[in-house]
Amino acid sequence: MKNSLFTYTLRIADDSLILGQRLSEWCGHGPIIEEDIALTNIALDLIGQATSLLEYAAQVEGKGRNADDLAFLRFENQYFNTQLVEQKNGDFAVTMVRQWIFDTFRLPFYEALQHSADKQLAAIAEKSLKETKYHWKHSSEWIIRMGDGTEESAKRVNDALQLLWKFSDELFFMDDVDRELMSQGIAIDLESLRPAFNERIQFVLQQATLQLPDSKWKLNGGRVGRHTEHFGHLLAEMQYMQRAYPNMEW
Amino acid sequence: MKEHNLADLEAAFNEKLKQDIRIEPKDWMPDAYRKTLIRQISQHAHSEIVGMLPEGNWITRAPNLRRKAVLLAKVQDEAGHGQYLYSAMETLGASREESIDDMHTGKAKYSSIFNYPTLTWADMGAVGWLVDGAAIMNQVPLCRTSYGPYARAMVRICKEESFHQRQGYEIMCTLMKGSEEQKAMAQDALNRFWWPALMMFGPSDADSTHTQQSIDWKIKRHTNDELRQMFVDATVPQAELIGLTIPDKDLKWNEERGHYDFGEINWDEFWQVVSGNGPCNAERIATRLKAKEDGMWVREAAMAHAEKKKAKKAS
Amino acid sequence: MAGKDWPLWEVFIRSKVGLNHKHVGSIHAADAEMAVENARDVYTRRSEGISIWVVESSQIFASDPADSDALFEPANTKIYRHPTFYEVPDGVGHM
Repeated sequence: MKNSLFTYTLRIADDSLILGQRLSEWCGHGPIIEEDIALTNIALDLIGQATSLLEYAAQVEGKGRNADDLAFLRFENQYFNTQLVEQKNGDFAVTMVRQWIFDTFRLPFYEALQHSADKQLAAIAEKSLKETKYHWKHSSEWIIRMGDGTEESAKRVNDALQLLWKFSDELFFMDDVDRELMSQGIAIDLESLRPAFNERIQFVLQQATLQLPDSKWKLNGGRVGRHTEHFGHLLAEMQYMQRAYPNMEW
Repeated sequence: MKEHNLADLEAAFNEKLKQDIRIEPKDWMPDAYRKTLIRQISQHAHSEIVGMLPEGNWITRAPNLRRKAVLLAKVQDEAGHGQYLYSAMETLGASREESIDDMHTGKAKYSSIFNYPTLTWADMGAVGWLVDGAAIMNQVPLCRTSYGPYARAMVRICKEESFHQRQGYEIMCTLMKGSEEQKAMAQDALNRFWWPALMMFGPSDADSTHTQQSIDWKIKRHTNDELRQMFVDATVPQAELIGLTIPDKDLKWNEERGHYDFGEINWDEFWQVVSGNGPCNAERIATRLKAKEDGMWVREAAMAHAEKKKAKKAS
Repeated sequence: MAGKDWPLWEVFIRSKVGLNHKHVGSIHAADAEMAVENARDVYTRRSEGISIWVVESSQIFASDPADSDALFEPANTKIYRHPTFYEVPDGVGHM
């Protein structure tokens, strides 16, 4: 149970951490100052969520590691984020589609998790839900603007959807970790979130005059530590200081 | 509406300055005053925006979660401050976009300090401590500048920036309490940023073309050299307190003046960097230009969508 | 329109329950919804607000400073509009 709760918490934490890391690459490079600030706000929310979740994971593990050890000193296959969130930023359309798919999942997920039997996870979910509502509004509006904007933006957002949709199913990945915790009312039955997820996806796509890709092909692996090639580079950058100068205070 | 002749208007404007009454956007002001303000405020705004890049360089490599969040928030503040300043500039009838284009072509300047590279994590400490420290020295008097929107933007900025310098100094303190490698890293960062930080106050008063007029107009409240001296006097004890050595062999306390004497700035370097030959000038501009060009289709899409929505509403 | 900056919006923030919205500055945005969000991100990063108004800058019509004598000076002589104009006996207390 302890092991499962540790893994379960890491999965949530790593999604926030890695997406926060990706978004923070935008800082100083946004398409307009106002949006630069908005992207950084979302990154900050996600880093904040990751910090709370990793602190809790460290506590659950009880081996004397802290949140920073978990964030910066695991090996590639010990991170359990979905492959979706580690995908490279690409253009603004790729960043926003990645964000939007993720937010659309996170919204019903946190809604459910705030009623978890695990009080700590429930409290983190309750706080994060407020942030996620705003993220979803922001990313959804952009999907609509791009889809129903210019010819170029419609093409770009459609390309991004083609590129990323195959990673969306992994958000619903479940294994024994989930099933064990579900029986105790801690974990969420992710299958139960699908209707809310699909409904929100369609609601936005319709206004954006966009359609999902035809292909039903889905990828996964991140939840069990198998990642895409981009991920090692992301970690090399993120872990640089802790790897180059071990055991120091910063 | 009353008819006014130019002499009356100018007299009324000068009277306001004399009485420290703020000039507001729709008030009459001499063209040269308006131009000087647009130049100074836009330069200040560009500095905030370009200033995001050297620190942004380390966000993805910040050594722990706390530092990562702090650095993100700080760099984001700089974007916010750029935004407050552009907003003040736009009250003078200038366009933000044109002004940014002027920066990209080199016609408009930004603070030269951001043309120096950030090479190690300690540079995040040095930049926060020295660069923000120098900026605050410059900015606090600007809270009383004569143009209302500029003064109000500066009040906001100064309030928010007080954390910037502290977080930088905190990074330096942590490093100086750490390993030998960390101490060396901190000292190296100070060695590289000390002189460029002093250059942030601009040319010496003897060589400054704009200072006197700006002081008469109460846009500026102190000369470059006065501010530089204040900065040196404030910063030297902070360095000594944590065991850092200021890289200036001529630096010593002058009992008679009640100030530190310090060595001669390398003005050659200053003018070279100002005119585009610093280590990162080309790269900074190229990065900002790329952000603008890559963002073009995004801005157009949002406008196109807004217009479609408006048309739908109207029909 | 091509490549042009988004329109300018003036931002008004209510900082606390019970206070008026107050002008704080401006931002650029393509539409009103975006203007509110951008204003939120730019002007309320430190919990400075609980409510935001935005209005396109071009929609604001302002009084002309040259008219300020005619607009505002006449009120200065109407001191009978202020309570201090009236004398009441000392013993009456707060009125």
